[in-house]
Amino acid sequence: MLKTEDQQNGNKMNVLMLGWEFPPFISGGLGTACYGLTKAMDQLGVNITFLLPRVIDDSCTSHVRLISPQAKNTYEWQENSKYASEKLKNVKFRTIDSPLQPYDTPEVHQQRLEQIIERKRLMRQGIGQKSVSSPKDSQTNESAKGGDNYGRNLHEEVHRYAEMAADVAASEHFDIVHAHDWMTFPAGIAVAATTHKPLVVHVHSTEFDRSGEHVNQIVYDIERKGMHAADKVIAVSNLTRNIVIDRYGVTPEKVEVVHNGVQRDERWQLVETGIEADEKIVLFLGRITMQKGPEYFLQAAKKVLEAVDNVKFVMAGSGDLMHRSVQLAAELGIGHKVLFTGFLRGDDIKKIYQMADLYVMPSVSEPFGIVPLEALGNDVPIIISKQSGVSEVLMHALKVDFWDVNEIANKIVAVLKYPPLQITLRNYGNFEVRKLRWGNAAIKCINVYKSMLQPA
Amino acid sequence: MASVCFYFQAHQPFRLRHYTVFDKDKNYFDDHKNAQICRKVAHKCYLPANRLMLENIRKHNGQFKIAYSITGTLIEQLKEYAPEVLSTFHALAQTGCVEFLAETYYHSLSALYSRDEFYQQIEKHCNAMEELFGQRPRVFRNTELIYSDAVARMVESMGRFDGIITEGADHILGYRNANFVYRPNGCEHLKLLLKNYQLSDDIAFRFSNRAWAEWPLNAEKFAHWVNNVNGSGYTVNLFMDYETFGEHQWADTGIFDFMSHLPECILRHPDNNFKTPSEVIDSYPVADTIEVPNLISWADTERDLSAWLGNPMQSNALYQIHRLEDRIKNTGDEELLELWRKLLTSDHFYYMCTKYFADGDVHKYFNPYDSPYDSYINFMNVLDNLSGRAAKADFAQEIAEMASMPSAAKSQVQTV
Repeated sequence: MLKTEDQQNGNKMNVLMLGWEFPPFISGGLGTACYGLTKAMDQLGVNITFLLPRVIDDSCTSHVRLISPQAKNTYEWQENSKYASEKLKNVKFRTIDSPLQPYDTPEVHQQRLEQIIERKRLMRQGIGQKSVSSPKDSQTNESAKGGDNYGRNLHEEVHRYAEMAADVAASEHFDIVHAHDWMTFPAGIAVAATTHKPLVVHVHSTEFDRSGEHVNQIVYDIERKGMHAADKVIAVSNLTRNIVIDRYGVTPEKVEVVHNGVQRDERWQLVETGIEADEKIVLFLGRITMQKGPEYFLQAAKKVLEAVDNVKFVMAGSGDLMHRSVQLAAELGIGHKVLFTGFLRGDDIKKIYQMADLYVMPSVSEPFGIVPLEALGNDVPIIISKQSGVSEVLMHALKVDFWDVNEIANKIVAVLKYPPLQITLRNYGNFEVRKLRWGNAAIKCINVYKSMLQPA
Repeated sequence: MASVCFYFQAHQPFRLRHYTVFDKDKNYFDDHKNAQICRKVAHKCYLPANRLMLENIRKHNGQFKIAYSITGTLIEQLKEYAPEVLSTFHALAQTGCVEFLAETYYHSLSALYSRDEFYQQIEKHCNAMEELFGQRPRVFRNTELIYSDAVARMVESMGRFDGIITEGADHILGYRNANFVYRPNGCEHLKLLLKNYQLSDDIAFRFSNRAWAEWPLNAEKFAHWVNNVNGSGYTVNLFMDYETFGEHQWADTGIFDFMSHLPECILRHPDNNFKTPSEVIDSYPVADTIEVPNLISWADTERDLSAWLGNPMQSNALYQIHRLEDRIKNTGDEELLELWRKLLTSDHFYYMCTKYFADGDVHKYFNPYDSPYDSYINFMNVLDNLSGRAAKADFAQEIAEMASMPSAAKSQVQTV
């Protein structure tokens, strides 16, 4: 009954989405989220035109058909696509010929930015000084200025994309403009301004999540402008909503929370690894960057090893703090107990989940966090930081403050030592994660749209 | 004739402090928090409620009667943190209108795990009641009204009780109602009193619920419902947590006013009176035998044990702690025994309950944990430490015994 109603209402709605990446062309959580949300909206009968920067990648072109009249291309989904079984009936893809790096998600951009900063810093410091400086050091303030050039470059590119988006939008019919994360905000503003349609900006992460207190001013300004220009702001968690309100000065009434869902796919079926570990495995899976708290993971590992011996810590992922983390593990004297796998994909991720007894996400700041949901979906119990959006939607997870190394260690030991804890977390967690559907997120977004189209 | 039989359950556990796997000391309990909660409840509930009950008894010249079951863990905390509450209970005992029931001293689930421990805790509780209030309890109520035929028989075989109390659950009653005196299946002497959960919960749970069709509930209306029982039963057993007054239902809901007017409204009907559980048992004949082959309790909508034994963590924690019994008792160390027994309190297992959604609100009452997982981890860390202590004490005991043996016997032991 409810569904039919939503479908009817949904049918009337046409949405122009401005995105950055979309499966199969994804490099981070943003693409996954956009896909999940779009698919669910599609099923509710919303017509979506999804605007993306141009993506041409030989390894992927078999999955899509590119129709390119002049600069404007239209994707269509192919039968042989990994996502073919989930055909999107009401979704049309349009791409823009833009000089932008297609994989420049904010994270990757920031990561690269940090690498550049780090390189500059090391050069300045000279080889003699090996001290690992925390981001709070004064030197990084200096080097942050160096990063601005890079940001300004990207800044211009983002605005070029905005102009083109406005151009493309002129030939499309839609009621709402929905822009995902800061890179598309200028485009969202431009399109909304030229078409006089309401604008929703969807905040999947903020500059504070990505860079701590060392925000890139240009990125911050773009984010702020987008949030203020928007008629509604959607935040992926209450945590993010609070940042939007406190740090960007957006009026609370304007900001709605729509938690992400989780996509069930074949990754969640068990694979036979043939691995029988006599040692327990505690997993860190994600980018090894400041935001993800790798040092807290290692400090906790050190404590755990004081109480339990037959355990190994696996850090799967790469990032600008990878080398520092290897070094830290050695300094803590637990180098032999910590394995670094580098960046994993596909079957390797399945295998690592299969092997893991516990997944730990000690993120310093995590707007949402999709990986813990995947871990639960793969029957791995989780410890997540309270400073994550995902902790707002999960009950069957152990929750810690990211800085409370002692408590992280206490909980890791408990999971390893008391099997009923692992069993209960795993079974109930797996059940709980199945209830987090993109459909619910889509319905909430549609309600946000409705509130804008029918002003009270 | 309808007798109103009130019994109030008063209990606070010894809550554990945050205890990690890295902690090594035996300060398991959060003295600060326990003191704070005990004093708070004393001022919001125990003191004003006791005062009210005393006034009611005096006002009605002994026609208003009630019963309490006060756990040993609460009595110990009251002695420590709010002794004035104990004096008011003592004053209530002096009126002759108040009965004190027996239960397991540590509000434990020992009935399910160890007959020895079950008996010892009841013994300890009866002694405490006699010492404090000068009464030997005649009626037993088990923790959370957990009950089955087997529990009743176990209690009867102690030879000291005339009655036992449990929940008037629909599925054990069938076509019968809770307003008669029954006989537990397999018992010859013991009589069974059943809680009238409809009328009890109208006070304990629904009193302040504005969504309830009967809100606001006043004493006249409630007395009218009690009068309706006339003709279809002898007794209306109103069993509830004492914390209903002022804690579960705050003073501003009018719960105290309700209770202060209730006696006169009830007594206005010439056929009504108040009786304590023992008086009900003495006054009315057995109407029928009730069979309860499976365990029931008064908790939640299920009336089963799922609040304490609903998930693998709970059953594991309970199993592990009871497994320690012999080892702890063999050490002969009184301090260890007391620590162990304080860990048997059912609340520790209640905090581990994961069935949040339907009944979850009740579970939040003074739950010191953010999640059932945290509570399990904490409990198991404490238990782990206690278990290590017991093993050490056990070993020391063995050594001591060996040292006192004649040398021939000693060498024999060594060869074995």
